[in-house]
Amino acid sequence: MAKILVDGVEVDVPPEFTLLQACEAAGAEIPRFCYHERLSIAGNCRMCLIEVKVGGKSGPKPVASCAQQVKDLPPPRDDKLNELVTKGATVAKARNGVMEFLLINHPLDCPICDQGGECDLQDQSVAYGRGGSRFDENKRAVEEKFMGPLVKTVMTRCIQCTRCVRFATEVAGVPELGATGRGEDMEITTYLEAALTSELSANVIDLCPVGALTSKPYAFNARPWELKKTDSIDVMDALGSNIRVDARGNAVLRVLPRTNDEINEEWISDKARYAEDGLQRQRLDQPYIRENGKLRPASWDEALSATARALSGDPKRIGAIAGDLACAESMKAALDLFRALGSPNTDCRADGAEIGGGAREGYLFNSTIAGLDEADAILLIGTNPRLEAPVLNARIRKAWLRGAEIGVIGEAADLTYRYAHIGAGPQSIADLGAFGDALNKAQKPLIILGAGALARADGAAVLAAAGKLAARVSKEGWQAFNVLHSAASRVAGLDLGFLPGAGGKSAKEMLAGGLDALLLLGVDEAELPKAGTVIYIGTHGDAGAHRADIILPGAAYTEKDATWVNTEGRVQYGRRAAFPKGQAKDDWAILRALSGVLGKVLPYDSLEALRAKMIADHPSFGQVDYAPGHAGAASFDAGAIGAAGALSEAAFKSPITDFYLTNPIARASKTMAECSKLKASASHKVAAE
Amino acid sequence: MLADKDRIFLNLYGNRGADLESAKQRGAWNATKDMLDAGRDWIIQQLKDSGLRGRGGAGFPTGLKWSFMPKEVKERPHYLVVNADESEPGTCKDRDIMRHDPHLLIEGCLVASFAMQAHAAYIYLRGEYVAEREAMERAVKEAYEAKLIGKNNVHGWDFDVYIHHGAGAYICGEETALLESLEGKKGQPRLKPPFPANMGLYGCPTTVNNVESIAVAPTILRRGAKWFAGIGRANNTGTKVFCVSGHVNKPCNIEEAMSIPLKTLLEEHCGGVRGGWGNLKAVIPGGSSVRMIPAHEAETVLMDFDSLSALKSGLGTAAVIVMDQSTDLIRAIARIAYFYKHESCGQCTPCREGTGWMWRVLERMAKGEADHSEIDLLLDVAGQVEGHTICALGDAAAWPIQGLIRHFRPEIEQRIDRYRAAKGVHQVMTPVAAE
Repeated sequence: MAKILVDGVEVDVPPEFTLLQACEAAGAEIPRFCYHERLSIAGNCRMCLIEVKVGGKSGPKPVASCAQQVKDLPPPRDDKLNELVTKGATVAKARNGVMEFLLINHPLDCPICDQGGECDLQDQSVAYGRGGSRFDENKRAVEEKFMGPLVKTVMTRCIQCTRCVRFATEVAGVPELGATGRGEDMEITTYLEAALTSELSANVIDLCPVGALTSKPYAFNARPWELKKTDSIDVMDALGSNIRVDARGNAVLRVLPRTNDEINEEWISDKARYAEDGLQRQRLDQPYIRENGKLRPASWDEALSATARALSGDPKRIGAIAGDLACAESMKAALDLFRALGSPNTDCRADGAEIGGGAREGYLFNSTIAGLDEADAILLIGTNPRLEAPVLNARIRKAWLRGAEIGVIGEAADLTYRYAHIGAGPQSIADLGAFGDALNKAQKPLIILGAGALARADGAAVLAAAGKLAARVSKEGWQAFNVLHSAASRVAGLDLGFLPGAGGKSAKEMLAGGLDALLLLGVDEAELPKAGTVIYIGTHGDAGAHRADIILPGAAYTEKDATWVNTEGRVQYGRRAAFPKGQAKDDWAILRALSGVLGKVLPYDSLEALRAKMIADHPSFGQVDYAPGHAGAASFDAGAIGAAGALSEAAFKSPITDFYLTNPIARASKTMAECSKLKASASHKVAAE
Repeated sequence: MLADKDRIFLNLYGNRGADLESAKQRGAWNATKDMLDAGRDWIIQQLKDSGLRGRGGAGFPTGLKWSFMPKEVKERPHYLVVNADESEPGTCKDRDIMRHDPHLLIEGCLVASFAMQAHAAYIYLRGEYVAEREAMERAVKEAYEAKLIGKNNVHGWDFDVYIHHGAGAYICGEETALLESLEGKKGQPRLKPPFPANMGLYGCPTTVNNVESIAVAPTILRRGAKWFAGIGRANNTGTKVFCVSGHVNKPCNIEEAMSIPLKTLLEEHCGGVRGGWGNLKAVIPGGSSVRMIPAHEAETVLMDFDSLSALKSGLGTAAVIVMDQSTDLIRAIARIAYFYKHESCGQCTPCREGTGWMWRVLERMAKGEADHSEIDLLLDVAGQVEGHTICALGDAAAWPIQGLIRHFRPEIEQRIDRYRAAKGVHQVMTPVAAE
């Protein structure tokens, strides 16, 4: 630790702290534009200039506090600690000057700029700028750029901080943004006037400290002070990224990331951010019953009675499947109801994955997402994390930049980092080639098994093979076995035991047909049986609703208080930002009402009571915001999971073919459709020139 | 006045051959092996004792700079980089050294590299220097063929020289921007620290020196630090190539002793100011980026670092730009301001935005189309740029303007008044909306 004075106050900071961090540790506020904790240091905005005193004397020039570390200061002289001065005339003049320079060519757009109200430039010019302008020349105008359907550009507003350039190059791993020209003609551009080919591209909007890059779908929609902000959890993948849902009235207008270093740092995928317009389209807002082959609107009473009739038959001939977006509460209610009815046919693995049933560690991401920051070798089996969890992929890239070795068994896709491609199919698990040495030598290896590797006929054997490998390379206190799920509901379902009971049928068997009635908690990605009554509880008029005989409209993830368990086994609460559409109801409440009609009343009348029961039955739900990680996996033997069997030679395939259209909400979204179309059209290769 | 026997660059005008044989006759490559045999510490000490200060503009003691390199070579190799990106307006000394005395430079590279335990030196030439590149390439080839450099050379220190041709950006003369450019990136200055001696080219310890600083080193070692230190004044020792241009009768490059009076320099070597000394208006003594000095100060000033900085100017690259009474100084400085606006890399805010602003105000001022209050505004803006940027280009853009206002403020005011009188208006500035 190094002692240093900040405005006369002594603080003790680690020597590798930057001067800016040291000032912040002392409680001094340092304005900045280009500096960002998660990006490399550029030092170009010059807003963070401070005065450094060595031996009580100021240096000749103010110093960019973001760019210098405490340990790089000259040694203290004359028995006086080095001092950082963040107040006073020199610093005020420097800030005032920089502010003025930033504003002379910045348009007076604030009234028509979407950044207004949450603009760093606006805020800091109030705090540090001058009252009026002294600039009597013409302002610079910058030619417009095109950056795809998500990012709206008004490049005249750009202050050339290069945060977006650094994000694209360093975090997203797509070096497609850069600056052309020099001096005052320097412009930020994608060179080819195209969208970034990254699933994380819209994060540049949050990073942009001014209104140069704003959200295109959200353009001119609202001012930040009109919005009700609700902290919630993303369900577009199984990471459980922390989000903030901004709504006005009953409409969700935008989704922003919240910082959580354990999960998403401060990024979210474009799908998490922009599938939100899908919440307004294709919605199921009242119950429907199919009559004479056509769906007709029905009352809740009618629909529930019809459902009760369908489920009153032979309990062996009814079943329930939970889809990818089902919350823990709805699954718990459905499970309790089916067990009360005496039916063993329940399954949360709509994709037919061969996993679950054993120890919890057998289906979790045991190394934890933050554990990637320590990893020195990572083996991806049957997963394309860039599509299945883009934010996690950025973290793998971060590990790779740090020097971790990456191996891939599966598709040789562009993951934004280099890796050793070991093979396409499960046979390669036994023969890792040169990468095997790296894995053996690694102190903190990770084996990440994708959902696509499990949802196949030899899924159990793949699981066993990967488990054995993980058991071999795991170290004391470090569990290498990780499953990367792609469905937000999956871990909660497995935790609840939403699996076939004794003699029960699996999702695969139920979907193959033969049941009289099948209850779906939003299953839209599977081939549904032609025969039998299908009851669909869900939010969108998607594949499941098209087949359904009875539709019970439920609440989307932004419309209910719900529990989500991410791929690490971390329990998190999503919160209601808007109300369900029309007559739609909370999913658990629908099931509770149904249980009344069926005469098997579920023992909870409120969400709190349901959660209490859930925690009583499954204590893991009581540990909120906690990922068990290695501690939880101490007595877990990865070598014993799965089932022995023949490994097929078929190549692994990611369950995601189109990143932008993986669930009913995304498929209803116009923005996602545009992105998907753009990606499809860009997939043929062209030379840069 | 420098005696002919004390000149280092004996072929500054290209009267003799630039080839190896001719260079050897002039003393180049003489006793180089002995210098190397005397050891690194001796070389660096000699350089320190000679008082040689960097010839690129900043005047940092060369021996001290060399001593900043790590004492031992660890896993990262050491590099010497020679800054031959001579782009400072008015400066053309390195050009003649490379054209006519390239072997002194190559020999200097070897000696300096040996002293810093570098096995490779990169010479980064300005994009416009095509003939100079060809001259350097010829000389390097000769040196390789004569086994003076290269693997297993006669000096016993494996050493390679690479000539790199830049693309003509002024900013690439800034040492860290030069390193970026050399690495194949966009030429933008790096943040310091870390300094190049610790993290330079490809992240390895690197020293960047001006052509002239390197080229004089072998002669200093041959003739002794005492000899070099005996020329000029204390702290401003040795010989220096001055580049005199502008309103003198015979513009020239001339190697002279440091601390020579400016008047002597102009009268003895350049045939005096056009129209006589009385016709002198101002002098920019060290390349376009230093503050100008008016005629009465030019009368007595000595051409060295300390005398000029006492006048708030600087020796810079010792490119003396002489301006007689016919010169429109405001126009001249506006042109210089345009140069800095054009050459700013755009990386950091004050320089990117300030250089353009200052140029535009000056353009109007040159016509008189300005307000008296704008003189102070200009001075204030220059102060906001100076010292607030990543590299020294911001300072270089501000200084000429500060020099103009410091010495010729009345001239600007008269210009404005004349313009107004001609237009018959009192308020010229038409108030317009900012956009």
